[in-house]
Amino acid sequence: MTYQNFTLDIDADGIALVTWDMPGKSMNVISIEAMAEIAAIVERVAANPAIKGAVIASAKDTFSGGADLKMLEGLLREFHVSRRADPEAAALRLFEESRKLSLIYRRLETCGKPFVAAIHGTCLGGALELSLACHGRVMADDDKTKIGLPEVKVGIFPGAGGTQRVMRLTDPQSGLMMLLQGQELKAAKAKAMGLVHVTAPRAEIVETARKLLRDGQVPAKQPWDRPDFKQPGGKIYSPAGMQFWPAANAIYRRETADNYPGARAIMMACYEGLQMPMDIALRIESRYFAHVMQTPEAACMIRSLFVSMQDLNKGARRPAGPAPSSLKRIGVIGAGFMGAGIANVSAKAGIEVVLIDRDQEAADKGLAHIARQADDAIAKGRMKPADKDALLARVTASADYGKLADVDLVVEAVFEDRAIKKAVTEAVEAVIPPGCIFASNTSTLPITSLAANSARPDQFIGIHFFSPVEKMMLVEIIMGEKTGEEALARAMDFVKLIRKTPIVVNDARGFFANRCVLAYVREGFLMLDEGISATMVERCAAMAGMPVGPLSLSDEVGLDLSWKILQATKKDLGDGAVDPAQERILSALVVERGRQGRKNAQGFYDYPAAKGAKKQLWPGLVDILGAPRPAEAFDIGELKQRFLVAQALEAARTVEEGVVTDPREADVGSILGFGFAPYTGGTLSYIDAMGARAFVALCDKLAAKYGPRFAPTALLKEMADKRETFYGRFAPTARAA
Amino acid sequence: MTEAFIYDHVRTPRGKGKADGALYEVTAVKLAKTTLDALRDRNQLDTRLVDDVILGCVDPVGEAGADIARSVALASGYGAEVPGIQINRFCASGLEAVNFAAARVMSGQTDLIVAGGVESMSRVGMGASGGALPVDPMVALPAYFMPQGVAADLIATKYGFSRADCDALAVESQRRAATAWAEGRFARSVVPVRDINGITILGRDEIVRPQTDMQSLAGLQPAFAMMGEMGGFDAICTHAHPDVESVSHVHHAGNSSGIVDGAAAVLVGSAAAGKATGLKPRGRIRAFASIGSDPALMLTGPVDVTQKLLARAGMSMGDIDLIEINEAFSAVVLRFMQAFDVDPAIVNVNGGAIAMGHPLGATGAMILGTALDELERTGKKTALITLCVAAGMGTATIIERV
Repeated sequence: MTYQNFTLDIDADGIALVTWDMPGKSMNVISIEAMAEIAAIVERVAANPAIKGAVIASAKDTFSGGADLKMLEGLLREFHVSRRADPEAAALRLFEESRKLSLIYRRLETCGKPFVAAIHGTCLGGALELSLACHGRVMADDDKTKIGLPEVKVGIFPGAGGTQRVMRLTDPQSGLMMLLQGQELKAAKAKAMGLVHVTAPRAEIVETARKLLRDGQVPAKQPWDRPDFKQPGGKIYSPAGMQFWPAANAIYRRETADNYPGARAIMMACYEGLQMPMDIALRIESRYFAHVMQTPEAACMIRSLFVSMQDLNKGARRPAGPAPSSLKRIGVIGAGFMGAGIANVSAKAGIEVVLIDRDQEAADKGLAHIARQADDAIAKGRMKPADKDALLARVTASADYGKLADVDLVVEAVFEDRAIKKAVTEAVEAVIPPGCIFASNTSTLPITSLAANSARPDQFIGIHFFSPVEKMMLVEIIMGEKTGEEALARAMDFVKLIRKTPIVVNDARGFFANRCVLAYVREGFLMLDEGISATMVERCAAMAGMPVGPLSLSDEVGLDLSWKILQATKKDLGDGAVDPAQERILSALVVERGRQGRKNAQGFYDYPAAKGAKKQLWPGLVDILGAPRPAEAFDIGELKQRFLVAQALEAARTVEEGVVTDPREADVGSILGFGFAPYTGGTLSYIDAMGARAFVALCDKLAAKYGPRFAPTALLKEMADKRETFYGRFAPTARAA
Repeated sequence: MTEAFIYDHVRTPRGKGKADGALYEVTAVKLAKTTLDALRDRNQLDTRLVDDVILGCVDPVGEAGADIARSVALASGYGAEVPGIQINRFCASGLEAVNFAAARVMSGQTDLIVAGGVESMSRVGMGASGGALPVDPMVALPAYFMPQGVAADLIATKYGFSRADCDALAVESQRRAATAWAEGRFARSVVPVRDINGITILGRDEIVRPQTDMQSLAGLQPAFAMMGEMGGFDAICTHAHPDVESVSHVHHAGNSSGIVDGAAAVLVGSAAAGKATGLKPRGRIRAFASIGSDPALMLTGPVDVTQKLLARAGMSMGDIDLIEINEAFSAVVLRFMQAFDVDPAIVNVNGGAIAMGHPLGATGAMILGTALDELERTGKKTALITLCVAAGMGTATIIERV
């Protein structure tokens, strides 16, 4: 008997080596075919008296990344169609189909023969669940090997026994943390938690697994199927359980604001499942799995954070024409915080970087930033000292533009000052080779206007990084009016090399992300003006799913900068373009009191100098805003909604104006760029999930109460009339291979 | 409608609810039996006339399980025909038992009921009955569950009560309780718990500390700060009440109710029952109510239920001469007084649970008795008795001296 995705070889001791090696794929995934073959292999091992036990290993670089989530899409589509006729029958079918993998794994662990997983490289999701169903686990002890159940990060949760087996193997606190955070664990931690039995050098894992079986050290019965099984941490209804679970529920809310159905299902499945024997526990887990799959959060998160993100990372928006380029050497102009960060991530990706500033001292400061970041990483065990030397060797800090003579790309990250930008552009273009692309990291100035300084505007493009560059995964690529395909392709090749996620937008003031952020921050200011306490403004934003409150964010950006941007906007677009209430508050803070935000330790918050001391809202806000009205005067649900609607509406405007052309980019960009409530799947998915009609009605309601900034746009109204979605009307055409 | 009268009430002293407490050796059944025996003996009550025994008990497991009310009726020899039922409205169980009794009398279906409560916190233990509320996410999440002490700290934070405010109330509770004991104000209601030989095991409330002052309380560490931070419950506070920037933990062992053992019983009946037993009514139960309130604040139910009850009874706070509100935590009483702007001089005039302790299922019946005694002592007419209740509930009763 042969398999497409596995081989099975029986050695002289009767131990079967099951090798997972999917043809034509760089990584093993759990597909419908793989599932069927695993089921067949289990039956064969169970039935063949010559086989004493089996080792499951991978022939690839890595064990497996888990299930192909696209597998679920078809199942869900069928469910949504058939539920109209018979909701219960549709639900039953979804439940039964979506638990097939779980039942195969259960059959594996109860088939009577011992299985041992030999894990190296990445072993995630459904692949780890396969390993957990095995009776023994041997894990390679190298740095590249990690196990985890990351499902919760894409809106679902481990539905093939993961919740039940993890919680039966390790203490409840570590287990719940792993599940709720989607943690990835290296061998030492996994061993300490009891999730793997043995760790071994990568080359020896298969032999170690074989030996365990040969020596009879792996019983064919799981601990939880034995009568003497004791739940780690004790039963739920025990004194220890009564200590643990109330706090677990509290911490769950603290960490999730109860926004994620997948996370909530983990809590429910663990609580209910741990009180039951394994077969029933798995059934309970399956019930929640089928339920979570039906939620808009799961559908939107899978689409944005799994499918779309993969597509964009693979270059879905890269024009096919220009041949793939490989950047060897780039120039970065401006060695400030942004420039140094760009140089850092580029050098880390193996690119040689010329880091230029006006004098050697300024350029060296940028180099020092890179060294400091490396030292931090070394201290945290994330980098080897030798790698730091190699990294720094790739960066040349200099004031000499002449060093740019052989670069493939230049990123300009100097002050947002047109005159300086013009001078830099001219100085750079005087030395760079003809094919070199010039990219500006401007966050505010339209690319087309900056390209006017260039002798070759078709090779001029915007590559907008977010701060801090090392941490923020999004890059906005901005097309000026004259930017050519070649420039776009090269910019995207660069972004791919440094492992960021690109979105391609057309030129407009604020591009995409910053426009949404400004709408978010403005809403916070206007709430203050309405008499909502600063505490409540910040908290409601957090509860809506935003990672940083609008007032904290203003402090981080710098209140003085916000003030300057406001003045510039007024100058360029007229008085009507800014909100007088926002201007009044900023003026009172910045102009009258010199509060600039975190930079001078005085903003909406006070930032105590003492190390470890927490920032506190500035008590003097009352003098500017007056005493806040009581909390009971406001609808908290509506406050949360206003933050999301303000941003989603702005995102919709960028589509209407042709700035964003692909809804995937608005969604992924909003989550990666400014942390837009990830459970929504992003700004446009938020609207699509609600439905354009409901969204327009909500906008109308908010506009009537709070002003025309919430008025629905013409496009939204048209979409509401036609019952369209963004993903329907602006269906992404390019899907990466 | 038949009127419901209070013919008598008794309680045990409250013993420290720990292994070194005087009542630790006394079973829960024996505690409650002490009160049923006393009602019978001092009233020469023909117990066969009792239609039911309703006892509140918050942790009705172990020796307090399996319908402790019927067990106590049997142990007290009330007669095989006297049934019993145990109820649980958490901390208001004892008062709710009286209300249930009154309702059955008022409805004309029942004539005479012994209503009260019992809790042996030393022997059974607080929380011994488990329960889904804090544990099952299906309940704990919508309920914004947090330990009561954290909820009390949230109330103090939200409504602006400082540590000093809370401590001052505790000092006053101790002072008033000591005075009440010194003047014999509990003499009529407290029956000693005795051993089988008639030897007194405990005759007075055990944990009253008359010397308590602001200085001695100042030394106590906040009891719920660690729980709030490490257990994640501070976040529950701020998610449920986003206007609260951070919770200030002001409660501690000295300004929270004491953990004690105790039992109480109230004889509730119709006018006809009074005639049949030859007893004179001491009080009349005028109105009562229970309510659900914000489960996160959890302990503000007395405010909500009092509003509901006054409206239902067609009364206003001005009609109330005397108030007993259970001193579960200082902030509970402070918030109640703040909400109604009532004079502290008419609230818990003989001290409360901070000084004398809070035997969960029994307290409601105890403080109803305390109120009735005080009406009789002072010649006042109307009293309101109310308790905060876990999971965000409140129960209240208005009684009148006859």
